[in-house]
Amino acid sequence: MKHFRFNQQEIVFAVFALLFLVFSIFLNGFLTADNMLTLLQNVAVLGILGLAMAIVVIGRGIDISLIAALAVPPGLVLQMVQNGHSLPLSLLTAVLLTIAFGLVNGWLIAYAEVPSLFATLATGLLLAGLGQAALFQLDVVQWSPGMNGFERLGQGTILGIPTSIVMFAIACIVVAFLLRQTRWGAYIYAIGDNPYAARVTGIPSRPIIVLQYVVAALIGCFAGLVMAASVNSMPTRVFNSTLIYDVILVVVLGGIGLSGGRGGVLNVIIGTLLIGTMLNGMTIMDISYAGQNLIKGVVLLLAVLTDSFLNPRNEETAQQGDI
Amino acid sequence: MTTFGNTTRVTLAALTLVALTGPALAQQGLDEPFQKPFKEALAGKTVAYVPVAMNFDLTEGWYAGLKKELEPFGVKFVIRDANWNTNAGAQAVTSLISEKPAVMVVHNPDVQTYAKLLQRAENEGIYVIQINMGSAYRSSAFVGANWVEIGERQTEAVVKACEGKSNKIAIIQGALSAAASAYTLKGVENVLAKHPEIKVVSSQAADWDAAKAKAITQTVLKQNPDLCGIVGFWDGMDIGTAAAVKEAGLTGKVFLTTSGGGERKGACELVKSGAFDLNMSYDVPTQAAQMAGTIKWLLSSGVKPGSVKGSEYTTLIPITKENADSQTACWNLSDLKK
Repeated sequence: MKHFRFNQQEIVFAVFALLFLVFSIFLNGFLTADNMLTLLQNVAVLGILGLAMAIVVIGRGIDISLIAALAVPPGLVLQMVQNGHSLPLSLLTAVLLTIAFGLVNGWLIAYAEVPSLFATLATGLLLAGLGQAALFQLDVVQWSPGMNGFERLGQGTILGIPTSIVMFAIACIVVAFLLRQTRWGAYIYAIGDNPYAARVTGIPSRPIIVLQYVVAALIGCFAGLVMAASVNSMPTRVFNSTLIYDVILVVVLGGIGLSGGRGGVLNVIIGTLLIGTMLNGMTIMDISYAGQNLIKGVVLLLAVLTDSFLNPRNEETAQQGDI
Repeated sequence: MTTFGNTTRVTLAALTLVALTGPALAQQGLDEPFQKPFKEALAGKTVAYVPVAMNFDLTEGWYAGLKKELEPFGVKFVIRDANWNTNAGAQAVTSLISEKPAVMVVHNPDVQTYAKLLQRAENEGIYVIQINMGSAYRSSAFVGANWVEIGERQTEAVVKACEGKSNKIAIIQGALSAAASAYTLKGVENVLAKHPEIKVVSSQAADWDAAKAKAITQTVLKQNPDLCGIVGFWDGMDIGTAAAVKEAGLTGKVFLTTSGGGERKGACELVKSGAFDLNMSYDVPTQAAQMAGTIKWLLSSGVKPGSVKGSEYTTLIPITKENADSQTACWNLSDLKK
C-alpha cells in the first residue's frame, strides 16, 4: 500500500481550494470574473514582494529590509518629480539607490558574515530613517503632474486584466526564469541547501549572496512603484506596518521552508492566493478588523500545525537551522 | 489738476502740524503693567510636543504654527516623535514627566494608552494640552476637531447625494481605537439612525492605510457597483479610496467624503481633481493658533495644572468644488514653515 505524505505546499493548496469552494457556494458575488480580478489585484504587490523574499529565503537568508526598499526608492521618485526633476532621472536615481542598498545588505551578510536577520533589520531601519530624515518632505509623498502616465504601471487594464496583476505575472516569469534557467539560480539552491558544500564545490558563494540581495531589493523597489502607481501616492510609513510579516507568511505558507534550498515561484503564488482569498472573502462578508485578524491567525496556525503533524521533524531536519 | 494740487498742499500742511504737535500732546506713555509678568511667565519655559508621528501635514502644521507663536517669547520647544509607535509614545510621555517641561502638547494614538500618564503629568505640575485626538482623561485643554460633528456632517452629505439612488453606502474607518475613528463612527451612526432607508454594505477599518483602503473599496465596488456614497475617515488614507473609485470609473457617481487638516495638496487639490466630493477640514493653522493661545494663557495665568479643564472645538471648513479654488479654504505647509 502506498503511503501518502502531504507536504505543506499541498496542504496550503488544499486549504485554499476548500476556502475557495466554500466562498463560491455560500458567498454571493464571490465567484465572478470581476471579483477574481479584484482578489488578485489586491494581493499583487504582496505577491511581488513574496517573490523577492523567496529568492533570499531559498538562499537560506531572510530580508527584513524589503519594505524599506519598497517604500524609500519609489518615494524618492515621487519626491524628485515633485521637486521638478524629470521622471527618467528620478527613476535612475532610485534604481541606483536600490542597487547600492542591496550591495550593502549583501556585503554585510556575505563578507562581514552578519546574520541576515540582524543585518537587514538594521539596514531597513537605516534606509527608512534616511528617507524620513533627508529625502521626503512628508510621510505620504503625493503624486505630481510630472508623473502623469506613470500611474498606468498600477492602474487600468491590459487586455482586460488589471495592470498590477500583469506586473505580478511578469515578475513571476522573470523570477522563475532566474531561479530555474540560469546558473545563478542553481547556485542559490545549492547555497541554500548546504552553504559549506556549495563553497567546497567551487561555487562563488559570496558574490552570489550579494547578487541575491541586490535582486531582492530591485524587486522590492519594483513592487513599490506598482503600489505607488496604484494608490497615486507613496505612503512611505508602510515601513512601520506589519506588511513584512505578511510577506514572510506568503513565502512560508506557500511551502518555502526557512531552512533554504527548497521551493519556487509556484509556492509564492499559492501562498498569495490563500491570503488573497481570505482577505477578499472576509471583506465581502464585512467582517470586522479584529475578526479578520482572528480568522487569519487560526487558518495560518492550522496550516502550520497540520504540516508539523504530517511531517514530524527528526534530528536531521531540526538541525537545518530554522530561524 | 489745480484742485488736486491744492488738496495735496492742504494735507501736507495738516500732516506737518500733526507731526510737530504730536509729541507734545502725548507727553509721556503709560506703562502697561501686564506685559512684563507675561513675558517673564513665558521666557525660558519648555513646551514638549508628542505627536503620533511627524512628517505628515497635520503634525508638521501644528509644530510650525506653535513654533511661530511661542518661540519669539523665548519658549523652548522640544519634540518627541512617537513615529506611529504607541509604546514609544508612552515612553516619551513617561520620560517627559520626569523632565518636567511646563507644558506638554500631546496627540493621542488612542483613547486609553496615555490617559493615566497624562493625569500623572498634571499631578506633577505640567499643563497638558491634547490635540485633535483626545484620551479618556480630560486635561487642562483639548484643542481639536469635533469628530462626532465631522461624522454627522459627512454622512448627511452622503445621504443627500444618495437621494433617488440606490441608498447603499460604505464606511472606511481608520484605526478602531483612535478617538478620530471611534467618535466619527458615532457621528455616522447618529445620522444613520434617522435614515433607515440607507443601507451600509460595508464598514471596515483600513488602519489609516491608503493601500488597505483601496483594496477594501475595490472589493466593495465590485460587489455593489450601484454604491452611491462613501464616508471616509481621513484624507491621507482616502487617497486610496479615491483611487479605487476612479479605477472603477465611478468618479462623480459615488459621492466620496473625507476629513483632514486642509493642507492644499492633500485637500483642495484633490477636491478640485474630483477625487473627493467633500473634505471636512479642521484647519490646522487655526488649531495651532488656538493651542498657542491656550499655552500663553495657561502659563501667564498661574492656575494650577489640572485645576482647570476646557475644550476648544475648532470650526470646520467644508471643502467642496465651490471653494477649493479660494485662497483661504486650504493652507500651504511650505508657507507655514517659513
